[in-house]
Amino acid sequence: MADSHIAPLEPITAADGTPLKKKLAQALFRSKVRAVSLVVPLFAFVMVSFVIPIFALMWQGVYNERFSKYTPNLTEQLTSWDGLTEPDEALFAALVADLVVAKKERTIGRIATRVNQEYPGTRSLFTSTARKAKKLTPPFKESVIKVNKKWAKIEVWRAMKLTSQNLTPAFYATALDGRYTVDQGFVQQNENRQIYVTLFWRTFMISASVMGLCLLLGYPVAYLLATLPLRTSNLLMIMVLLPFWTSLLVRTTAWIAILQSQGVINDLLVTFGITADDSRFSLIYNMTGTIIAMTHILLPFMILPLYSVMKTIPPSYMRAARSLGATPTRAFIKVYMPQTIPGVGAGGLLVFILAIGYYITPALVGGQDGQLISNMIAYHMQKSLNWSLAAALGGILLSGVLLLYWAYDRVVGIDNMKLG
Amino acid sequence: MAKLPPYTSTGEYIWHYIYRGICGLIFLFLILPILVVLPLSFNVEPYFSFTSGMLNFDAEAYSLRWYGDILRNGMMAPDEAFSWAWVSDTWDNSQWMRAIRNSFFIGICATLLATALGTLAAIGLARSEMPYRRLIMSILISPMIVPLIITAAGMFYFYSQVHLSQTYLGVIMAHAVLGTPFVIITVTATLVGFDKSLVRASQSLGAGALTTFYKVQMPLIVPGVIAGGLFAFITSFDEVVAVLFLASPEQRTIPRQMWSGIREQISPTILAVATLLVILSIILLTILELLRRRSERLRGISNT
Repeated sequence: MADSHIAPLEPITAADGTPLKKKLAQALFRSKVRAVSLVVPLFAFVMVSFVIPIFALMWQGVYNERFSKYTPNLTEQLTSWDGLTEPDEALFAALVADLVVAKKERTIGRIATRVNQEYPGTRSLFTSTARKAKKLTPPFKESVIKVNKKWAKIEVWRAMKLTSQNLTPAFYATALDGRYTVDQGFVQQNENRQIYVTLFWRTFMISASVMGLCLLLGYPVAYLLATLPLRTSNLLMIMVLLPFWTSLLVRTTAWIAILQSQGVINDLLVTFGITADDSRFSLIYNMTGTIIAMTHILLPFMILPLYSVMKTIPPSYMRAARSLGATPTRAFIKVYMPQTIPGVGAGGLLVFILAIGYYITPALVGGQDGQLISNMIAYHMQKSLNWSLAAALGGILLSGVLLLYWAYDRVVGIDNMKLG
Repeated sequence: MAKLPPYTSTGEYIWHYIYRGICGLIFLFLILPILVVLPLSFNVEPYFSFTSGMLNFDAEAYSLRWYGDILRNGMMAPDEAFSWAWVSDTWDNSQWMRAIRNSFFIGICATLLATALGTLAAIGLARSEMPYRRLIMSILISPMIVPLIITAAGMFYFYSQVHLSQTYLGVIMAHAVLGTPFVIITVTATLVGFDKSLVRASQSLGAGALTTFYKVQMPLIVPGVIAGGLFAFITSFDEVVAVLFLASPEQRTIPRQMWSGIREQISPTILAVATLLVILSIILLTILELLRRRSERLRGISNT
């Protein structure tokens, strides 16, 4: 270096002789450790009781070892089989060997259920053949087909080949109304068997309409609360906060009492002679009921963020616009509304995120056409016990929600989330 | 009501009142469903609708029978005379009493856990030295965002493998984790306005870290902590999806009992319970409002 002849400056030291720079780095490191150690307990708790369970379930959506676990011989043979040629004797022999063991160990039910998910209608094929498996004699190909002609169908073997693969895209394919096949990859399911995409679409539409209704009803109220004197607005705020704090089930129950065919609204309409007694409106146990009840439940989540944004807008802006000659409508649209966009974004996203995963209210007041994707996930978790499909449906829902959450963080910032 | 300025035109005048009317209707929409429940719970008939007797304010059309049913349903000998045996019978055997006991037990345990962990984490997150602050915050808030059905299904799947499902501990853990985001949000909100020089002042006056925490920091964040705790409690108290998946009949809570009440045998007992819950939420709301005022007053003093 050119100026190396200049003697280096003596480093400034702390009282104990260590350089100040080092000392500062130590102090910063210590305070970092302190901050981290405060967060670690909760982080560990959330990981163990929340994040890991969800990942464990999501993993089931692409990984299912039910078949291969109980049919070691058959899985080995199926892996080497190309799925196009006629199944040979070695495959049939492996099938019989595994069925005999499965019958003895009582695991046949699980195997049959798993294949049945891939190729409906094959459950009894497995259970009935397993009962006779012990008595079968070689050549197995003929004796097995003799027990049930279905074994000659190559589709059954292809289904088994698919289920023998632990890591499989098949459940996601089903969740998107498709099928994953050995020979053609993904194929679209027949028109009349497409249910999940329709359901995702309906969930999206219902959430969007609930969001729209909440905005429509929440905006005027939030504006009123923000412009009234504090004393009055605090009183009116109770009307927003009380529903917010009241149990979800209480509010759903209340809507049943109001909307059912013998309920308050229909009774009123009949009493005033607007409708006849035998043509009462069906307002509940359908999509209308779901939308009304969900709008009521989520409305406070729209009003509160809107209110907190509107509260910060100085009223003098509107007066300035008026004094410059704008009509009240024009002043409102051109000056006031653009300033409320952050609130609209925050409230709208929050309502949409909460609505898209709603379960309780649709389950209780939704009837047939008011069910959302959550209800289907619950069905597959509790009734059909196809957890992998539930995980795949949940995975799609979860990625949608996380995307919105990311957007929310971008628009609002999660540290700015306010409650009441 | 705010006076309209003198330059208001007739059109604006009319619109002003129409607008007030619309807002009034929306407020009705918000509050009416909750108010409708109250009179219906005193119905003498086992229906969910107003009878003609109720509309005529006939005293005989009203009764407390559904409130009695909360105590009696499931008892061994409900028709005995009132005595200690009757009380202990209610306490042990009434379905609703069991649900109430469970709800409070699970709610209080989950609240304590969520508040303790959440407050510590919020204090840590408020420090500027915290690395990956944003990422960690978004993970810790996520239990509030992830659809409950996914959370509940995941917990059901995972907890049954580690033998936590169908236990009190499993339900408490689930409710605690669902309550922590609220604690973090409310405590963070109180910490945002926290003047750091107060801590330095306290330390320069010779107070240790613990003394500073108890004497300076804590009194200022306590309202936030209590508010967060109340949120965590109401979250647990109102939660039903995780209970549906994780709890056995032994751990039935009030919302779970209401759920099966609505699904299976719809009776006004549910409305009586709903009324009690509305009263509870009014109490909690009042506490929260008092806390808010206290916090505002404290801050008002510290700002001058």
